[in-house]
Amino acid sequence: MTKIIEVSNVSKSYGGVIANKDVSLSVKKGTITGLIGPNGSGKTTLFNSIVGYHPIDSGSIKFENNEISNLQVQEIARLGMLRTFQQTRIYGEMNCVENMLISLPHRKMSWRDRFASNTKTDYERADHLLEFVGLYEKRFLRSGSLSFGQQKLLEFAMALMNEPTVLLLDEPTAGINPTLINGLIDRLKRANTEFGITLFIIEHNMRVIMNMADTIYCLAHGEMLASGTPDEIQNNQNVVDAYLGAH
Amino acid sequence: MITQKPIFYAGLLALIIVLPFLFPTYGVQLAAMWLMIIVAMTWDMTGGQMGYNSLGNIFFYGTGMYVAALVFIGFSHDIGQYTDASGGGSFQFTDAQYFTGLFLGLIAAGFFCAVSAVVIGMLIFGLRGPYFAIGTLAVAIAAGELVSNWDWVGGGQGIALPIYPGDIDVGKKFFYFMFAGLGVSVFIFLKWLYTTRFGAAINAIRDDEEKAEAMGIHTMWYKLTTWAISAFFVGIAGGLSAFQLIHFEPLESAYQTINLGIFMVVCVLLGGKGTLWGPVIGAIVFHLFKEITWAYLLGWQWVALGGLIVVTVVYFQDGFMGWLKHQKPEWFGIRVEDSSTGKAGTAE
Ligand SMILES: Nc1ncnc2c1ncn2[C@@H]1O[C@H](COP(=O)(O)OP(=O)(O)OP(=O)(O)O)[C@@H](O)[C@H]1O
Ligand SMILES: [Mg+2]
Repeated sequence: MTKIIEVSNVSKSYGGVIANKDVSLSVKKGTITGLIGPNGSGKTTLFNSIVGYHPIDSGSIKFENNEISNLQVQEIARLGMLRTFQQTRIYGEMNCVENMLISLPHRKMSWRDRFASNTKTDYERADHLLEFVGLYEKRFLRSGSLSFGQQKLLEFAMALMNEPTVLLLDEPTAGINPTLINGLIDRLKRANTEFGITLFIIEHNMRVIMNMADTIYCLAHGEMLASGTPDEIQNNQNVVDAYLGAH
Repeated sequence: MITQKPIFYAGLLALIIVLPFLFPTYGVQLAAMWLMIIVAMTWDMTGGQMGYNSLGNIFFYGTGMYVAALVFIGFSHDIGQYTDASGGGSFQFTDAQYFTGLFLGLIAAGFFCAVSAVVIGMLIFGLRGPYFAIGTLAVAIAAGELVSNWDWVGGGQGIALPIYPGDIDVGKKFFYFMFAGLGVSVFIFLKWLYTTRFGAAINAIRDDEEKAEAMGIHTMWYKLTTWAISAFFVGIAGGLSAFQLIHFEPLESAYQTINLGIFMVVCVLLGGKGTLWGPVIGAIVFHLFKEITWAYLLGWQWVALGGLIVVTVVYFQDGFMGWLKHQKPEWFGIRVEDSSTGKAGTAE
């Protein structure tokens, strides 16, 4: 399988705080890859580096074999690599359907398409994906009035609307009612298998990530601590210690 | 509802057409009202719909005046000689020269301002919030100073243009209908634009520009295009004003900061930011208020106006349309109730 994302020796610090140090990893096309680590271990920082949110101090980041570490956020998004935010970002004043329609893949639009109205197919796709994440009944509500968990689901649906090839999800199950998490795992897996989207997921819920991921990377104090299959990670003494030590 | 709308718009159009005949002595004021409507609507494109508070209209209005006047003069005469003589004496324009020059001048003003918007925008759209507003104001002030010291375009004296060839009353109606035509065109254009993906994209930039970037929306292109379109219309409006005023000078009439810098924003706030009708309603109410206080409260008119501005900004920021949206959300297609049809959502 080909590597779709390849991170090599990336370092990033904020003033004196070293958030990522010499981090290397790769995400294979078509798989689900997990990224775990205690709070403050540098997971979100790494996502931000990959999607071009800030410049990195050193190292290299490749997407489909092309260097992207000097590209800007929009340029990377237009390559088909999208991220969702840990704190969730949606357009709060718009309703769910409007949020979906604005998430259409603009990279595939000519400038004439930008001056066109949304088509019937666009509306159907929006409805279909809202149905997919379980928000169909809420589709005309102002999205800012939804609960945090519902906003997470909406942001996920918006990302799917954009037809990405790779999706970076920052804690997709945070704030989701525990009884609904199995349903969400199922949807994430279907996004991977049915829509063919490569997923790279930051997750604190061990049960969730062990259940989904093909490969898992574990960060601690900004450095790569371990990587491997869920079984290997679960039985890695360093990982167990890092989590216990963090408490 | 469906049958009411065409009747409403037809009635409105009829009113627009008969207005100057009903109030023949107010021709100039009515044209000025249309000018306010145009600058308010175009200000709202960037300020209301896209979330960039811009004072660029000051620059585009003044520049539109100059470009239209210079193209008009240059079409029939030598510009340097004309401005040297302050337009007096031997400089005659035939009817054909007047109308062709006017038409060419307006088109040139629109396009020149649109191109300037793109060039200036590339430099200052990196600024956000109040810094952007200040940046656009600086451009207008700099342009006013530059033009004041440039003799070829009339310097501090400004430019005098010939009066409308023909009957004075016909001239007043001519300018009224030019402004009204432009205003109606802008309205129809925006009514369409705000239903397209373009309209949704600039709303997204307003609501969360970083999210829009992260979703791959071409934010810079949208910002430049929006500003260029609004500059195009304001440039034409400025050009029209040049011909209507006959004489204009750089600081008081062309690059004027009060009318276009403060009044246009108040109009939009009064009517409701980020709505189609808000700027129109706000501009009409504001203009009426201004004309009435000027006529009946002489000496106190600025105090009354200041009072209105303070009340609007402090207590009434969402404006008339914002208030209406709150009262009658269903008129705007907003649903506050959960629309569940028995089947419970799977989310919490
Ligand atoms: N913008 C910033 N400015 C300064 N320091 C920052 C910034 N963002 C993160 N940090 C610091 O960098 C380190 C890594 O933070 P990061 O958000 O990447 O961790 P994380 O693994 O995502 O944590 P969590 O699981 O809590 O989300 C932390 O020490 C944090 O305080
Ligand atoms: Mg994080």
